[in-house]
Amino acid sequence: MMKKLSIGDIFYRSLMWILMAVSVIPLIWVIRTAFIPSGKALNLFALAAPTLENIRHVFETVPFLQYYGNTILITLLVLVVQLVLVTFAGYAFARMDFYGSKVLFVIFLAQMMIAPEVLILPNYSLMVKLGLNDSRIGIALPFFASAMGTLIVRQTIKTIPYELEEAAQVEGASFMQIITKVYVPLLKPAFVAFGMISVSYQWNNFLWPLVMTDSVSKRPLSLGLAMFAMSFETGAQWSDVSAATFLVCAPLLILFVVFQKQFIESFVHSGIK
Amino acid sequence: MSTAQQVLAGPAIQSGTSRVSLTVIQERARKKKWRTSIRAWMLLLPSLIFLGIFTVYPIIQSLISSFYKDDLTTIQPVFAGLSNYQELASDPVFWESLRNNLLIAVVTVPASILLGVALASFSNALGKLGKTVTRIGFIYPTFIPLVAAANIWMFIYTPIYGLLGYINSNWRLLADGKTAIWAIIVMLIWKQAGYLMLFYIAGLNGISKEVFEAAEIDGATGFRRFKAITWPLLKPTTMYVFIIALTSAFKTVDHLYIMTKGGPGNATNMLLFYIYQTGFDYWNNGKASAMTVILVGILLIVTAVKFFYDDRHAYYN
Repeated sequence: MMKKLSIGDIFYRSLMWILMAVSVIPLIWVIRTAFIPSGKALNLFALAAPTLENIRHVFETVPFLQYYGNTILITLLVLVVQLVLVTFAGYAFARMDFYGSKVLFVIFLAQMMIAPEVLILPNYSLMVKLGLNDSRIGIALPFFASAMGTLIVRQTIKTIPYELEEAAQVEGASFMQIITKVYVPLLKPAFVAFGMISVSYQWNNFLWPLVMTDSVSKRPLSLGLAMFAMSFETGAQWSDVSAATFLVCAPLLILFVVFQKQFIESFVHSGIK
Repeated sequence: MSTAQQVLAGPAIQSGTSRVSLTVIQERARKKKWRTSIRAWMLLLPSLIFLGIFTVYPIIQSLISSFYKDDLTTIQPVFAGLSNYQELASDPVFWESLRNNLLIAVVTVPASILLGVALASFSNALGKLGKTVTRIGFIYPTFIPLVAAANIWMFIYTPIYGLLGYINSNWRLLADGKTAIWAIIVMLIWKQAGYLMLFYIAGLNGISKEVFEAAEIDGATGFRRFKAITWPLLKPTTMYVFIIALTSAFKTVDHLYIMTKGGPGNATNMLLFYIYQTGFDYWNNGKASAMTVILVGILLIVTAVKFFYDDRHAYYN
């Protein structure tokens, strides 16, 4: 049965699709400029065969592989530690009745509002005192505890019936076994959803790594891109900058496009509401 | 279940007496709660260590440092009372950064939230292909670094050669003090709406179909249904998303490093970026600490206000 569309409906839908175009145009432009020969970059309507020349040029000029390595290292390190910590903390807040739970919960909430970057100055001084400035682990350290992840795990655990844990208790499962055998498998959607957020946060983080790295060998992708982009003044280099931008964005974008359905499903099925 | 309930549900006393006194039950409940507490604290310990070192301690440290004069003229920090705060009060750059930040927050937070929920509703109503296309199309900006977005939008705004230059070659959007901040606001909304849309997709899916069907039977459709039913049911999501958008408005300054460095003439400067400049370019630790304290204060106050406001108005949960 066809619903009759009112003028309001048509207006609304057109608006949405226009917004869609606005949203997507920057991406299309970047990809196009990255793969078009640099001479033609500025002429928006020029058509030419795609070329890998710009990308090759970027790799020659700048140690992009090193940057990739650094970013991947930091991102994975943070993710793995976070998953363990938020599972423990999320379980504690979701299932346990203990002294100080309200106060500790407020401390966790505080981190949601006040990210480590806001405290960039004191955190940096601390890192210098610890001798961890200009190190990748120093970049990762402040993010090991995650209030957001803890909240997500807590919400998800609350949607799981307590009977499952009781059944495991009856079978004599130890405390750790309950967490790992009963809850962890059921927390998969929460892990995927939070993992997405964490990975994209760390991959794209900029200001904190900016103050934390001095040497090129420790530099992550976001910094490499910024340095690269700023070394160009004229428009002719837009193809190089676009190629570099593409190289930095591509991994996450490709992951997102390929796994988009699973990612969004995981958001829906985790406790996030 | 609270500890007391667990004790009451547990095995009865074996001694054979048929009467169990209240004090005995309370004693057991207390002992059990201590056992649970120790376990809970152990589980929370790793997180608390990191939170303590990198969130709580820095806030206290900033507070203390803000009362000391510590810049290029002092070898050791010197106690200076409120002088850093007084200096800030008469610093026009500080006030301009604060004004800009408030403007950005006031515009991007509602705009991103409204767009997020509108896009999520729109996407949910489409067929499978439509859903996939709109989701990818709107959410992808979340996954690219802000510095990359800044690069792209810097080109879009470039006079004459940029994308917008094709429309009007006279536009100097980033160079003009009046338009620069709005150009940035557009980019920030572009970057954030999709992220909030993601949360709203989850939120919308959490509302059971029966609610929508009941509304349709009652004749409520479209905007009226949204306003009266959908939006109130999305309250938890909106609260969550509000905090994310608000903190974002204050902490995302990456683009300034590439695009305008706060200019032209501080027209686009933001608090956190000015903190970065004061601390790392001008090496004035005391003043930067004072600003950090103010920034933390703003974030805490706004969230506290929002919580109390919502608490009084929330009937549904």
